[in-house]
Amino acid sequence: METRKINAREITETVKKLFMDCNYFIGEDILNALEKARENETSDTAESVLSQIIENDKIAAEEEIPMCQDTGIAVLFVEYGDKVFIDGDFEQAVQQGVREAYTDGYLRKSVVDDPVFDRINTKDNTPAIIHTRIVSGDKIRITAGGKGFGSENMSAIKMLTPSYGVEGVKSFILDTVRAAGPNPCPPIVVGVGIGGTFERAAQLAKKATFRSIDTSNPDERYRALEKELLDEINKMGFGPAGLGGKTCALGVNIETSPTHIAGMPVAVNICCHAARHKTAEI
Amino acid sequence: MKRITLPLTDEQISTLKAGDSVLLTGTMITGRDAAHKRLFELAEKGEKLPVDIKGETIYYVGPAPAKPGYAVGPAGPTSSYRMDKYAPKLLDMGLKGMVGKGRRNDEVIKAVVRNHAVYFAAIGGAAALIAKSIKKTEPICYEDLGTESIRRYYVEDFPCVVAVDCKGNDVYNNL
Repeated sequence: METRKINAREITETVKKLFMDCNYFIGEDILNALEKARENETSDTAESVLSQIIENDKIAAEEEIPMCQDTGIAVLFVEYGDKVFIDGDFEQAVQQGVREAYTDGYLRKSVVDDPVFDRINTKDNTPAIIHTRIVSGDKIRITAGGKGFGSENMSAIKMLTPSYGVEGVKSFILDTVRAAGPNPCPPIVVGVGIGGTFERAAQLAKKATFRSIDTSNPDERYRALEKELLDEINKMGFGPAGLGGKTCALGVNIETSPTHIAGMPVAVNICCHAARHKTAEI
Repeated sequence: MKRITLPLTDEQISTLKAGDSVLLTGTMITGRDAAHKRLFELAEKGEKLPVDIKGETIYYVGPAPAKPGYAVGPAGPTSSYRMDKYAPKLLDMGLKGMVGKGRRNDEVIKAVVRNHAVYFAAIGGAAALIAKSIKKTEPICYEDLGTESIRRYYVEDFPCVVAVDCKGNDVYNNL
């Protein structure tokens, strides 16, 4: 395969569009799940909350305004083909796309420079968090999302050890969701990363929240676990907006990785009902 | 659905019960993490605050920028627990209402009861819809904080639910 040249500006434009689109246009999988959930609710409050969320998402899409004021910190998963040659600087092209999306797209700038001492807003929502993987090929595939912190703050990681088994995994996930309860803007999407190392588990959990809730883990054991956990979470009762009801989560996505003989890390990344992510290929 | 006018009166607050759906009309101020920290630090030092919070209702919000032609950008509630460290002090200084989302700690609930106040929850993530009820905004202070600055909002039929009433009943505890 020959090297393929991609102009840095094309990357900027693609990234810009991804962040504007993911903030304005609710995913079809999420909208369908919200509508199905509304039919399933029996309490007036839960039904009313879901109706307002659906109406909100429709207003956002029609008027091309963000569905939530927290338009998130920019997170990207990039699969970078090893035959791609970029005419320009990849990192800068991506950051520029984020800068333009958040500035031209009327998105909130929510990033501060120093986490502890200064906490001064960078005013353009950069820097984005970029997870890059080199793959074989001559394309760049980007999945991007704005991650809100109401739900991010409710996420957790635990270095479980092998003897905990699947029961330990379930308990940790359910305990994390229960503790979050009404705070992360339910109905939530739960991304779970199991295995790898400390940081790989967390990264997989984020990646899981960027997967459509209409998809399942290809391994039937994890697929069954996704379904079981979703059922258990929906029995918790905190419901839409935490005001009570049957719909606490819209989906549970699990991603796994080989791990060390001594370990079984589990990360739970919680995502609100906006569950923003869009994908593009260049 | 109860219609409530702002600023809140003690009589109105007495009629509100946890779980009630209400529509708020009138003026409120905004403020979230960074503004609360500043107000709290001034209050701790006994200095005058740049905004009179007596009788006010504060909305925990950091809006997105307004598109041309809009009074305000999407403006849904942020998680209230992050203001728990500061809220009791502000309630003791005369704040009457808070609007946010999610649970409050026991200290806040005690301060709500002690000061005959109320905590409302708006729907998290319904920011584009909620913004329709915000008709006008103007700056008050801390403009350097950008989205976290303190502003005055004039709202009409702003939808929310009584989450903690003046007797300390908590909607999130009944679940």
